[in-house]
Amino acid sequence: MTATYPQVLLKHRKPDRITTLAEYREAGGYEALRRVLTEMDRQEVKTRLADALLLGRGGAGFPAGIKVQTVAEDAPFPRYLVCNADEMEPGTFKDRVFLHAEPHMLIEGMTLAAYSIKASHGIIFIRPEYESAARILEREVDIAHREGLLGKSILDSDFDFEIVVHRSGGRYICGEVTAQINALQGRRPNPKQPPPYATDKGLWGQPTLVNNVETLACIPHIVKNGAQWFKDLALSPEAAGTKLFCVSGKVNQPGCYELPLGIKLSEIIETCCGGMKDGSTFKACLPGGASTGYLTADHYHIAMDFDSLKKAHNRLGTGAVMVFDHHCCMVAATLNLTEFFARESCGWCTPCREGFPYLQDLLRRIENGQGKADFIPMIKTMCRHLWKSYCAFAPGGVASIESLLEHFEDEVMAHIEGKGCPFKK
Amino acid sequence: MLPETLKHELQEQIARVAHPREMAIDVINALQDHFGYFSDEAMAQAADLLGMSPLELDELATFYTFIYREPVGRHVIHVCDSLICWMENGESLVAHLCGRLGIRMGETTADGLFTLLPVCCIGYCDRAPAILVDRKVHGPLTIASLDRLIDNLRESPS
Repeated sequence: MTATYPQVLLKHRKPDRITTLAEYREAGGYEALRRVLTEMDRQEVKTRLADALLLGRGGAGFPAGIKVQTVAEDAPFPRYLVCNADEMEPGTFKDRVFLHAEPHMLIEGMTLAAYSIKASHGIIFIRPEYESAARILEREVDIAHREGLLGKSILDSDFDFEIVVHRSGGRYICGEVTAQINALQGRRPNPKQPPPYATDKGLWGQPTLVNNVETLACIPHIVKNGAQWFKDLALSPEAAGTKLFCVSGKVNQPGCYELPLGIKLSEIIETCCGGMKDGSTFKACLPGGASTGYLTADHYHIAMDFDSLKKAHNRLGTGAVMVFDHHCCMVAATLNLTEFFARESCGWCTPCREGFPYLQDLLRRIENGQGKADFIPMIKTMCRHLWKSYCAFAPGGVASIESLLEHFEDEVMAHIEGKGCPFKK
Repeated sequence: MLPETLKHELQEQIARVAHPREMAIDVINALQDHFGYFSDEAMAQAADLLGMSPLELDELATFYTFIYREPVGRHVIHVCDSLICWMENGESLVAHLCGRLGIRMGETTADGLFTLLPVCCIGYCDRAPAILVDRKVHGPLTIASLDRLIDNLRESPS
């Protein structure tokens, strides 16, 4: 199992409850915060994050150390720190597992990030399906407050920081930074095109740093153990840290596993997840949620890290590995994903609003045996149009369609020529 | 009409934040819980409390999955129809549920007990196929466990 690899974020995970504040402190929790507030200056925290090569865990993989530097030294106050706990990428449930395990690790990580940019207000933006996590966070924020770990003069320093939990009304696009900032302000959450960037003018027009739950949770460990230690956690030389992989689909033990970046896909499936379900053969997987492309059996031993996936013209995304077996129709699977994007498109820009229903219609016709060979170039053209949409939603949404045509064109043609789905007997 | 106690409670919550409109979703949720759905009357009251126009609130209400602008049943069932639940037999679960309740997706039973709505991935793919009943997750479900769940909801007093 996973015990052979170092556990950092889920080391003290319990089957049915969170790690309490007392337990978290006993295991060295809030030690990084104490050290930073008494011994380290802000720049040192930022330098450590940059040196650790921590890449954002929410899907985009942007270097957290660079993002934090984009809040200018002379930027106005108040400054905000937003924790993105929206986690709506299909297949992704790592933040849910983490929040039900280590709420104080997040609180400490947020406080450290806030300290580094002199933010006074922290907000956890959370999806409505995670109401139990929202309640845990509210309760534990209160406890941290009472213990002097949040609020005025944290640990008797001159640093003040508050955290509130903000519940979303529930829409996929709210995970996008600019949409989330609109949502937090009680506005319709359409994305906005930068500039200005959120770190310059974000929430209420003030400098705002937005980071994913898992990204923030890594910060106390990086501060405490150093950048080199964090880099050494990964198996690939260019990667750094562990990753919360959430595996679902046709494996024996779906679940959330903390594993070093660079671990082989085959090892995740066979060792951590107990292999494919009985009678199933690996056909493909999505490596990081619905917005990534298919990885086929050719990539069964690929190293799961940001660079390796990029070299394979794919993305690590959120690390949500969704596994398909040989019984699964890839046209039907792609149709399901396209229905998701058609429904969740915010409707703000035309290519996305009109393009996904169009693609959905063509894919449905193919799946139902009414497809024509002409549909394939039509689909390819529309996918290219969708790259011209307003935000990253549509390029992510067409990733599965483009990779369907790249890797499974034979299967698509079998539908068209056989006038029906070959998997439906 | 909104009870005075709830109104004061919301007014106090709004007074505590720097920008009233950041409370929009919380206020909508509170009024929806009270009225059963986010009615025109509820929208007018929310607009009043928040200092926003009803139109601004309608922009939000019609955008979000968990805000209902029409009456819903006592129990709202959101069925996940995204990839993993679909792959784990979610479609036959939906067909069974529709047959059992005698309604289609998006409808409410004549006795006002159940509303059936589709929802995108709810983040419980390790427990697929999964559904939300009154925002509480259930999964992994089989036809038998789904039947038991419906029976229990029918018999529950509130």
